[in-house]
Amino acid sequence: MNLKINGENRTFDAPSDMPLLWVLRDVLGMTGTKFGCGIAQCGACTVHIDGKPVRSCLLPVGAIGNRAVTTIEGVGATPTGAKVQKAWLDLEVIQCGYCQSGQIMSAAALLVVTPHPDDSDIDAAMAGNICRCGTYVRIREAIKHAAGDGQT
Amino acid sequence: MHSLRHRARSPSRRTFLQTGVAGVFVLGFYLPARAVNEPEQPPDNTQGKFAPNAFIRIDRSGQTTLVMPQVEMGQGVYTAIPMILAEELDADFGKVVVEHAPPNDKLYGNPTFGIQVTGNSNSIRAFWKPLRAAAAAARLMLIAAAAQQWQVDSASCSASNGTVSHASSGRSLSYGDLIDAAGAQPFPQDPPLKDPKDFTLIGKPLKRLDTPNKTDGKVVYGIDAMLPGMKFATLAQCPVFGGKVGRVDDSAAKKVPGVQQIVVLDDLVAVVGDHMWAAKKGLDALLITWDEGANAKINSSDIWNDLRAASKKDGVVAKSVGDVAKVLPQGERIDGEYELPFLAHAPMEPLNCTVHVTAERCEVWTGTQVLTRAQEYAAKAAGLPLDKVIAHNHLLGGGFGRRLEADMVAAAVRVGKNVDGPVKVVWTREEDIQHDIYRPVYRDVISATLSGGKIAAWKYRITGSSILARWLPLAFQNGIDIDAVDSAVDNPYDIPNFQVEFVRAEPPAVPTGFWRGVGPHNNVFATECFMDELARKAGADPIAFRIRMLDKTPRLKAALQLVAEKSGWGQPLPARTGRGVCAQPSFGSFIATAVEVEVDDHGEVHLRRVTSAVDTGIAVNPDIIVAQLQGGLIFGLTAALWGEITIERGRVRQSNFNDYRMLRIDEVPRIDVHVIKSGEDPGGIGETGTTAAPPALRNAIYAATGVALRRLPIDRKALAATGKA
Repeated sequence: MNLKINGENRTFDAPSDMPLLWVLRDVLGMTGTKFGCGIAQCGACTVHIDGKPVRSCLLPVGAIGNRAVTTIEGVGATPTGAKVQKAWLDLEVIQCGYCQSGQIMSAAALLVVTPHPDDSDIDAAMAGNICRCGTYVRIREAIKHAAGDGQT
Repeated sequence: MHSLRHRARSPSRRTFLQTGVAGVFVLGFYLPARAVNEPEQPPDNTQGKFAPNAFIRIDRSGQTTLVMPQVEMGQGVYTAIPMILAEELDADFGKVVVEHAPPNDKLYGNPTFGIQVTGNSNSIRAFWKPLRAAAAAARLMLIAAAAQQWQVDSASCSASNGTVSHASSGRSLSYGDLIDAAGAQPFPQDPPLKDPKDFTLIGKPLKRLDTPNKTDGKVVYGIDAMLPGMKFATLAQCPVFGGKVGRVDDSAAKKVPGVQQIVVLDDLVAVVGDHMWAAKKGLDALLITWDEGANAKINSSDIWNDLRAASKKDGVVAKSVGDVAKVLPQGERIDGEYELPFLAHAPMEPLNCTVHVTAERCEVWTGTQVLTRAQEYAAKAAGLPLDKVIAHNHLLGGGFGRRLEADMVAAAVRVGKNVDGPVKVVWTREEDIQHDIYRPVYRDVISATLSGGKIAAWKYRITGSSILARWLPLAFQNGIDIDAVDSAVDNPYDIPNFQVEFVRAEPPAVPTGFWRGVGPHNNVFATECFMDELARKAGADPIAFRIRMLDKTPRLKAALQLVAEKSGWGQPLPARTGRGVCAQPSFGSFIATAVEVEVDDHGEVHLRRVTSAVDTGIAVNPDIIVAQLQGGLIFGLTAALWGEITIERGRVRQSNFNDYRMLRIDEVPRIDVHVIKSGEDPGGIGETGTTAAPPALRNAIYAATGVALRRLPIDRKALAATGKA
């Protein structure tokens, strides 16, 4: 099977019903994408498929085809992804960090479509990502900061 | 409140642990260091380095490695503790790197507990003085080495930013140049510690050291351990607590592509495969008949009936002041009973442990708050001596007390014993939720009388599990669990007749363990809810009522005054909207929190604003303190609004984030945290927000609706508008 991941063509063996999450983590050893719930409730496994945020824990790898997969390991190569990563550090969003791959992927996808999101845009785009440490207040600030709309 | 009293004395490798003394959690006893053969462990390499003690390694390039006894689970110790060490060492903070300590209670035991443990919000409190003393001694040795080389008096030299200087001659040497000579210096006795006014790092919001790799996928948690030839496994334990495996039909599972092996143990079944997907599909394809055992009859209602019955008995008196028996019957008595449910921890990183077990040795990769205990569990499960077990720790994708247990290590090793080569065992979220070690149910019964607008008598009885009796038996003495009564016996209010009792009541079937906020989470909830009911009885404003009785606790009084000012306390609010407060002296910090909510006509609670004022002593890294409060408050609000594990036929009903709800970003309000400047020794912070939020929320609901809820989670039905607001 072939996939284009972070701009590279990757070849591997996997059943077509296998969720992308486990291909990334267990077959390709790309462990930046996280397993949190397995039922698309927490967003820890979020990746981009052609730039759109998708929960990789339920996405069969056979359904991706030629579409481009971007993961946390590659999102920094995009201008928006890099801005989000920097904002996350500038505002010290992160605590344990386990959910943050998914948070960053969701935030980067939001900013591509909506470069200056308001609070309700942020709520809509980010409500699928759980953070058990409770970094939500800073996630909101960091998205605005990355958009150049922050108070800081 | 107790405080750390600590004499700075020679913290050499050998004597270091003897300097440990009591903190808040303690106890007045001290566990002796275990006599063990120190096993082979991951690199704690001192070769060619200046290694004056267990914590500091300086190499020729000046790179300063801090061997970290405490684990990083988001709370910021991988930044705050290096700041403390670098401050007293006068190291170049840019050259500081952090390395997980290997398992070794003698070298890296938490001075409060005697074993290697990160919990009870005590990392900074426990290591504040010992680590400063260790670093100060190292600095003196480096200065002495330079002075010797220059043939000048040490007192004429100074250290700063990783360099020793001799001002009068303009000479300087970097720490890296001094490591050989420094190692030959005598170990200084009683090194003087810096005056806090001379701190250059402590008190600054320095950037965290652990976060850059958490933005780009490079961070490695236990679940990310990857080994050549590794297999992947997932498991199912009997859904009924204590149940056993009956019969397993694995004919369909064996046909699942990628499934390699099915491991059937006494109490669990694991499927091993090429990847987690194969293991998971294989597990789903198994037909398992469980021998559910006697616990299959137990329901939540039985557990609550037992607890309520137990709470009517007299308990063991944990503290008594004045004469409650005499004063309580005088005047009008007010009673309250408060109940807290079972809770799961649900860290975002599901339980996992990677193992490689052979006949001769066992190697373990995981993220744990108790590394030596994990090693011991692995040794026991593998049937190997301790020195044949190598345990690697990792950054934790959340701990919250779940990783104060090592059951997952034992289970993974038992599976791994049957597997050829390394295997990563990952719990599904459903297994993680349904086989947690739960925050116990509690019932707190309080009676009080008022006199002249103040509390004249207060009788408080806690009924619940003793976690310490299992987890640290030495800390359970004479029927009193010092964690279960924490923040009850040290109630901050000036009450002349006061008694606290503890009734130990272990719930049937359900295992109980520490959960973020530990004992104070229960006691602050009951105390602060009841305080609002008493304030209403006294016809007083809740903050004014508390302040009347806080003359002996001025730090908490000041926090309350600040939160009143910053939260807009007393300003008018719309209908069915209210503010509530919580004041707590827990974990060595003094925190006042105000929550503002609106309760709609359906009884749904909408958070509007949260404000906290925090006196945590010297704020080592104020930005991390703010972050811990913000996050801890959300953790506590989540529990208060949604958290409850219920038991049906001996099994947990909830299974994943769809039915064990977490607060999400769209539900979280503005949160303002105000850090009060203080010169006191640092307090704990990681659990304080979790403790503060539930009573403040409940009191806000009380103010908004007049309904005095007495159990969590919030009962929306009781809050629905009934025609009159």
